[in-house]
Amino acid sequence: MHIFSLRRAGQLLVVPILAVFSALLVGALLMWLFGDDPLAAYRGLWEGAFGSPRAWSTTVRKMTPLILTGLSVSIAFKAGLFNIGASGQFVVGTVCSVAVGVNFEGMPAHLLLALLAGVGGGVLWGLIPGLLKVFTGAHEVIVTIMLNYVASLFAAWTVYAGGTQGQTPGPLWDVNAGPISRTAEVLASARLPWIFGEPYRVHWGVLLAIGVALAMWWLIFKTTLGFATRTVGANSKAARYAGINVRWITVLTLMIAGGVAGLAGAIETLGLNHRFAPEFTGGVGFDGITVALLGQTNPLGVLLSAFLLGALDAGSARMQFDSGVAADIIQVIQALVLAFVAAPAIIRQLYRLRKPGDLSESTVFSSGWGR
Amino acid sequence: MGNRLLRGTSLLAMFLAVAAVAMTLLVNTTSLGEHPWLRVFFSVSALNFTLRASVPLILGALCGILCERTGIVNIGIEGMMLAGAFAAFVAKTSTNDWPLLASLLFGVGVSLAVGGAMGLLHALFSIRYRMDQIISGTVLIVLAAGISAYLFDRDAVAEGKFGAIALPGLSQIPVFGEVFFSNPPLTYLALLLVIVVHVALFSSRWGVRTRACGEHPRAADTVGIDVNRFRYVNTMLGGMLAGLAGGFLVLEAVGQFQEGMTAGRGFISLAAMIFGNWMPFGAMAAALLFGYTQALQNELLLAGITTVPRQFVSMIPYVVTIVAVSGFVGRVRPPAAEGKVYETESGSE
Repeated sequence: MHIFSLRRAGQLLVVPILAVFSALLVGALLMWLFGDDPLAAYRGLWEGAFGSPRAWSTTVRKMTPLILTGLSVSIAFKAGLFNIGASGQFVVGTVCSVAVGVNFEGMPAHLLLALLAGVGGGVLWGLIPGLLKVFTGAHEVIVTIMLNYVASLFAAWTVYAGGTQGQTPGPLWDVNAGPISRTAEVLASARLPWIFGEPYRVHWGVLLAIGVALAMWWLIFKTTLGFATRTVGANSKAARYAGINVRWITVLTLMIAGGVAGLAGAIETLGLNHRFAPEFTGGVGFDGITVALLGQTNPLGVLLSAFLLGALDAGSARMQFDSGVAADIIQVIQALVLAFVAAPAIIRQLYRLRKPGDLSESTVFSSGWGR
Repeated sequence: MGNRLLRGTSLLAMFLAVAAVAMTLLVNTTSLGEHPWLRVFFSVSALNFTLRASVPLILGALCGILCERTGIVNIGIEGMMLAGAFAAFVAKTSTNDWPLLASLLFGVGVSLAVGGAMGLLHALFSIRYRMDQIISGTVLIVLAAGISAYLFDRDAVAEGKFGAIALPGLSQIPVFGEVFFSNPPLTYLALLLVIVVHVALFSSRWGVRTRACGEHPRAADTVGIDVNRFRYVNTMLGGMLAGLAGGFLVLEAVGQFQEGMTAGRGFISLAAMIFGNWMPFGAMAAALLFGYTQALQNELLLAGITTVPRQFVSMIPYVVTIVAVSGFVGRVRPPAAEGKVYETESGSE
């Protein structure tokens, strides 16, 4: 793996860079078509993402969970699996970590336990589609999507404040919150400390996420397990012929993917929100797909693409404030980025690029819904 | 073996259906109807809700069938539906001053057109640009969500929606008249489309060719069928049906647009398609089952039954979907060539 060869890096980067550029261009065109001022919007976006130390801290904060959900989707891609379930795993991780975080006062290594609980919840939520795929042939795409809904309903139940018709409140509901459905604050002993406190609010989670990305790179490219995973993804029949236990790799990969997404949920809760309420779930899990594909499913690429998408997210509020362009345009731009990186043929046609030789490790997921 | 198994399941299904019909009649005409739990399961309002909740699932599943029978995997039904719903809403709100029926029909037309355009996009991505079809579907979902949120005017109000049309005579039948023959027009249309797609798929030249493209594109090509043209056309037709499902939500069911209002219906349609073994009537039966689980959730709330937390009741459709795809994949058979890019001998398009 000549991963650090400059020429290879250049070839790997050209499509993502052009994809982002084209998406911004098409986004500008859309804004112009619908009567918004794209220049003002992008100026606001830049200001909000990089214009000040405060803006930088927002970018870093938004980047943190995206690194992990991007890694979650990436590792599954490596084994030829499509994990649309990162958002469900994120939610379950959040709930598990908050359950440990608000209880067990005075417990030694409280923070570590809360983080591990988040990972555990995610692993469990990845284990289900893994086992179902291996033993019944159910396609992981449908199962993980459905588990996303189950996870958010389950999470909503745990913090449910009870109903006017006499429904009982959920087990994690904060008794002092009155009619608001949310948990109590995570105890101080289970919080990730700030690197830079108010007003920057950058916590140690970001370094943890970068550490996980490096570990994941090592796991995928430097270990036997990683090699087996990539072999299964490239050609599962050949992998089986070579004596690799494809079923085990499938289940294990989805467990790892789930665990990483669960860790993302734990970090967001223990580092930033300090409590859970149903509206915190957001679209980080789904964005993980864009991050993974933009990063070419390479953990180091994921770091770069999470930074970029985090910046887009961070700048969107300032953009809306400065230029009046609805922040939702960012979602459109992200969809365009996804489209352009997923179909390099469009980019190559637009910019008249030559087709690279053996660079494209394409994976096909859509060969039917059975085994 | 597979046949015997299927025959066993359909016998069981028939038995259950007869039992359900009998219970429905009893609950709605005799004093059995005073029992709250029985009302939850068998009341006319539960059945009406079932049908209403099933319509978008039926249309979505038909969309899936059209695409997959010709060899294109379509996970983007959700996005097509959402785009159709938003388009219908924009069309309706901008023609509020037209006569109601004209404005509603215009909404239907626009939702069909936008759904078709989404289908074309999916076909372009997956055929011309060889994007993985599942990723292409994901792109459609994210794109529809983003654009509808960006362009959504939260102050706009759609005035009026399709009302029920009682079919003369048929709607007088006790219980069943109320459930099946006093519905708004798009519901009838959806049920009609099940028959149309079934007949077209299995008794027309177009249907044979469509299925050939999905099963053995090389053979289809050999006898002179333009495989990729069929895939383009069918994916667009499918997109129109999914768009119509979105139009149904806005113009007939809810009357307004909400962000993300499709709420996973596209994915459940996909499950209904698999559950129904890629057959229109099978998919309809599955869609009705999923619709029924949603109706139960609604009826439980209405009946004030709170022993089960409502979040768990809401999980039922999703859990049933997981059980369905786990239990039935392997017993059902997808089109053999789905998800694979077809390249002609010469390598050109």
